[in-house]
Amino acid sequence: MRYFGQFGGQFIPETLVYAVNELEREFNVAWKDKKFRKHLDYYLRQYAGRPTPLYYAENLSKYLNISKIYLKREDLAHTGSHKINNTIGQLLLAKRLNKKRVIAETGAGQHGVATATAAALFGLKCDVYMGAVDVERQQQNVSRMELLGARVIPVKSGSQTLKDAINEALRDWVTNVHDTYYVLGSVVGPHPYPTMVRNFQSVIGLETKRQILKLENCLPDYLIACVGGGSNSIGLFHPFYNNRTVKFIGVEAGGLGLASGKHSASLAEGTVGILHGTKSYVLQNKDGQICETHSVAPGLDYPGVGPEHSFYKDSGRAEYVAVTDREAIGAFHMLSESEGILPALESAHAIAYLKKIAHKLKKPDIIVVCLSGRGDKDLEIVRKFR
Amino acid sequence: MKKLICFITCGFPDLRTTEKIVSVLEDAGVDIIELGMPFSDPIADGPVVQYASQKALEKKGTVKDILSVVRHIRKKSNIPIVLMGYLNPVYHYGLKKFFNEAKESGVSGLIIPDIIPEESKLIKSLAKRAGIDLIYLLAPTTEPKRRKIIYNSTTGFVYVVSVTGITGARKELPSGLAGFLKQIRRETKKPLALGFGISQPKQVTKIKKYIDGIIIGSALIKIIMRYRGARLVSEIRKFILPFRKELGKV
Repeated sequence: MRYFGQFGGQFIPETLVYAVNELEREFNVAWKDKKFRKHLDYYLRQYAGRPTPLYYAENLSKYLNISKIYLKREDLAHTGSHKINNTIGQLLLAKRLNKKRVIAETGAGQHGVATATAAALFGLKCDVYMGAVDVERQQQNVSRMELLGARVIPVKSGSQTLKDAINEALRDWVTNVHDTYYVLGSVVGPHPYPTMVRNFQSVIGLETKRQILKLENCLPDYLIACVGGGSNSIGLFHPFYNNRTVKFIGVEAGGLGLASGKHSASLAEGTVGILHGTKSYVLQNKDGQICETHSVAPGLDYPGVGPEHSFYKDSGRAEYVAVTDREAIGAFHMLSESEGILPALESAHAIAYLKKIAHKLKKPDIIVVCLSGRGDKDLEIVRKFR
Repeated sequence: MKKLICFITCGFPDLRTTEKIVSVLEDAGVDIIELGMPFSDPIADGPVVQYASQKALEKKGTVKDILSVVRHIRKKSNIPIVLMGYLNPVYHYGLKKFFNEAKESGVSGLIIPDIIPEESKLIKSLAKRAGIDLIYLLAPTTEPKRRKIIYNSTTGFVYVVSVTGITGARKELPSGLAGFLKQIRRETKKPLALGFGISQPKQVTKIKKYIDGIIIGSALIKIIMRYRGARLVSEIRKFILPFRKELGKV
């Protein structure tokens, strides 16, 4: 699907058109090809450790006085986040297209690590663009990527975070489009990326549906996930799209508070615009220049959002809310201490929202939260947070 | 007669200097001015245009400012002015409003590097109604089937991208360029202007017979970065003259 309502499209330099067209053709063929799907499924199971558990967080449920909180444990997937679901899929496509080199952008480093991992597995050369600020605050992931054989290229332009890493990756792709495959890490960018990445991430929601039906014999009342670009959330939401009793809540990064202007809440505070090849909600100033964003969670620190989320927002299918840095850090500690699970700061945003809706819930409500990644990468940030 | 087209970022180093540079370029024999509308995230541009855009944005350089620069230039000159900029600031300004005011300011054409014909139905009809040329880029990677779409969609000229890559001065243009240009010359009668990477006249000696004009950007902006005042004027003249000679205009 090229558009989700009015959102999406292909707003790209002419040089890239043949590459996105080639990718779209190959993806459409591969997605319907039983052999490709079997291959993908094999690696997801045997290599990435899927299916990930749907864990009943009993301590946390009691602590918050919520009937039942389930955590979809993407933190237990290989490399420590849901990003591997997408990179295995895209690297298989890169192989089909005979590309010799892959590039990726990364914010928190989770997508960079997952790309470097899949590139090592399938024997492709890998360069990862990462904002210089993020290189500094996610050192551990930089080391992981380098040990996996990738080259990490710090980006010093603009706000030196995820947005600028995507700019640089796009410039590299424009230049080396003949032999290079761009592994975009979220449901953003020009068509077919938002649809393709969503399909690769839908394994999260498909497993959740099977698991919850087995455990509870009914569908959940709420699905909650954090939204930066929006890949773990759309992966969880999309398979439930037609189950209208299941409510979707996307949690954006409220940073220092929405009123401060220092946040990354594109859906809550943004307006419709065009960034990185797609039409969606964007944080921009009155002159249409893209704003610099802030979040304690590097993976959410992005002024745009996937076009399908913009469509869910306008159509009312999902509700989007924001929690602050401080609330996310609080949730990090709450989950660590109550369940013995250190969540990624990105995922901690989704956990934090539980506290805010606890009082609104009816007692028998069942909530699934996507625990999109593990928090080992964030220990420094949490330790230094005042 | 082959056209010499120059790209400068509007508002770099400031709006008044931009107006001045345009009149210097016109006096030096430049045929068409491309005024860059700065954007915070110029994904098709190299370091020089990125730098100029960032500096221009620090001193505003909004769509409104740019249109008023065009209006000022129009008071003294009839040189064709083509605005070039990414879609978002124009979209945010309001497409209808933009085309109305662009027409009234005396804008001749528009280039949006992140718009392709398949995504520009509304823009196409607004441009047509305003009588403003909508110029599309054609890249070495553009497949033959889509090249036809571009020939049919573009008005004014076809902006032929010389290299698979981003903007920025290069010492040499790709070796396969002559063959590529020969092929597209055979395919269309629309005027062809070659841009990206041109920094010296000798780069176009062997290929100029296939094209109707050349576009110089980053190499000129580098001069604007380096000099100020009277020196800037003389350096621009010194830079432009050999290109005019190469195109047989002197």
